[in-house]
Amino acid sequence: MSDILRQLIRDVRSQKLRTFLTVFGIVWGTVAVTLLLAFGRGLHKQMIKNSAGLGDRIAIAWPALTSIPFEGLGRGRRIRVREEHIEAVRRQTPGIVAISSEYNETLKLHYGMKTVAVDVSGVDSSFGAMRNLIPEAGGRFINPIDVRENRRALFLGDKIAKDIFGKSPAVGKTVIFGGSPFLIVGVLQEKVQNSSYNSRDEGRAYMPGTTFRALTGAKYVNNFIYQPVSPSESESVTAAVRATLARALRFDPKDKEALSVWDTAEQFKFLDVFFLSFRLFLGIVGCFTLIVGGIGVSNIMNVVVEERTKEIGIKMALGARQRWIMRQFLFETILITALGGAIGFAISFAICFAVPKLGATEFVGDPEISLSVAALTALVLGATGLLAGYFPAREASRLDPVVAMKL
Amino acid sequence: MTSDIIHMQAIRKVYDTGKIKVEALKGIDLAVKPGEFVAIVGPSGSGKSTLMNLIGCLDTPTDGRYQLGGEDVSTLDRDALADVRNRRVGFVFQGFNLLPQISAFENVEMPLVFGGVGLRERKQRVTELLDRVGLGDRMEHKPTELSGGQMQRVAIARALAMRPDVILADEPTGNLDTSAGGDIMQLFADLWAQGKTLVVITHDMTLARRASRVVEVRDGRIIRDVASAEVA
Repeated sequence: MSDILRQLIRDVRSQKLRTFLTVFGIVWGTVAVTLLLAFGRGLHKQMIKNSAGLGDRIAIAWPALTSIPFEGLGRGRRIRVREEHIEAVRRQTPGIVAISSEYNETLKLHYGMKTVAVDVSGVDSSFGAMRNLIPEAGGRFINPIDVRENRRALFLGDKIAKDIFGKSPAVGKTVIFGGSPFLIVGVLQEKVQNSSYNSRDEGRAYMPGTTFRALTGAKYVNNFIYQPVSPSESESVTAAVRATLARALRFDPKDKEALSVWDTAEQFKFLDVFFLSFRLFLGIVGCFTLIVGGIGVSNIMNVVVEERTKEIGIKMALGARQRWIMRQFLFETILITALGGAIGFAISFAICFAVPKLGATEFVGDPEISLSVAALTALVLGATGLLAGYFPAREASRLDPVVAMKL
Repeated sequence: MTSDIIHMQAIRKVYDTGKIKVEALKGIDLAVKPGEFVAIVGPSGSGKSTLMNLIGCLDTPTDGRYQLGGEDVSTLDRDALADVRNRRVGFVFQGFNLLPQISAFENVEMPLVFGGVGLRERKQRVTELLDRVGLGDRMEHKPTELSGGQMQRVAIARALAMRPDVILADEPTGNLDTSAGGDIMQLFADLWAQGKTLVVITHDMTLARRASRVVEVRDGRIIRDVASAEVA
């Protein structure tokens, strides 16, 4: 055993270029395939995260004008949804997990010497979770008690909070908002958001819908959002919501314009399909990289055996058995593969570790190595090398020593 | 049974290249006794190298019977033949056939590794052998750093490593200049004097004359087999 090992080290040492090339082939293949798939995965996650900035697979609905005459009523009639209708939808639609109305206004906010105009929404307590409005540590979103007791509680977007309070904490401070004192209960944790319908959450403020109605006298919701049990049921849930409102407000349930709905679950479905094909593409590119790498490795192994046929002949003439010769080749390939694979992983890990520090996370995401892919890659390359080395070596060790020595 | 080290009867070797069959050996009977120094001579193409390869079990005869050290080797499988080459025969080739990437020491050590000799004994034997061929101070040199004569001496040390029954040499002085060739001849003569059995193929009549017996091969047959004193 130690003889084989010594022999091996000797061979590797004496054939630096050849060893380097083989190792390089495996390193290159491993790095290329793992990084390709790692970046694909990172990008996918980031896209989901970006889209989730708007909400967790929610649908957003805006009441608008009818476009179909219904029960003697003409077209162009404005549909006005009130809180009681939202309540009715909540009670009558089984596929809904949560629903919240949203009332919009721009109000003046005073704090000390500062005055800013802030877009504010009056919402239900369930709004925060649906829209992924996660508070910074030490704060919270509007809660059910705030809603029930018409509390003057305010949740601020992180940008607004920074504009007004700078670096000092905003939670617990009282501001004058729309002429009334409000307690700031929470500040939005910075989040990634690539789409919005009013404006980005970082620049908005939220208060309980009840408080909003009392403060502004608003009767009609601006829009409402709801979350179906699962994205696959979003279509039937949306139809049910439409039916309920059509009954209560007397419009044709087939009238898509009376209630326009943006189903973000659709977007997620699209993303899933898109990334499935994207990953398939990367997978194919990866496969080709592997094949090219494998050809490289097998080429080198082939050359190795060829140029070493004489050596094999000499060793056989000196009394080496076939097994001994084969074992040496297999050991060599395994060592080279392991070495190449390890270096490849190390490089991939280093790159995946370094990329998030470049600050491009929002656009390309953080690459994430799939261990199974990496292991599979090294294995495939190793097996290619092994096969490519094994058969010529066996061929050579089957020759008569005289023949092998003369080649 | 016979006391011969090499005992060949009616050995034939046919090379079949598909279209043409070449009969390189057409029935060889040869017996070599322990302690003999046999020179095999003959023009190129006469079949003497083929004969040498068969004697050394590097190649297998098409038919005939061959006993090496009393063991019938014409029926052995590859692994058994490898062992025979390892233990019974020591080769010296015209082209040296040293492994170029490893040192003189490691080259001589190689058959001992295949023969399963332990590390300590290997070191002792190799050192001793290289001293004996006058290369005690060149042990860590690679073949490329040695002269032709030195390389051939490494090859002879390697041939002696497993203490074989017979040393086979194929044109051992063919690639050497006269002075280096003379040194090698002297080394063979010394080995013979120490009681080794030698079979040497050569063109070189000076070397052949040093042998105890000269066998001349022509067209795949032995045409003359005489004591060297009779060679003109």
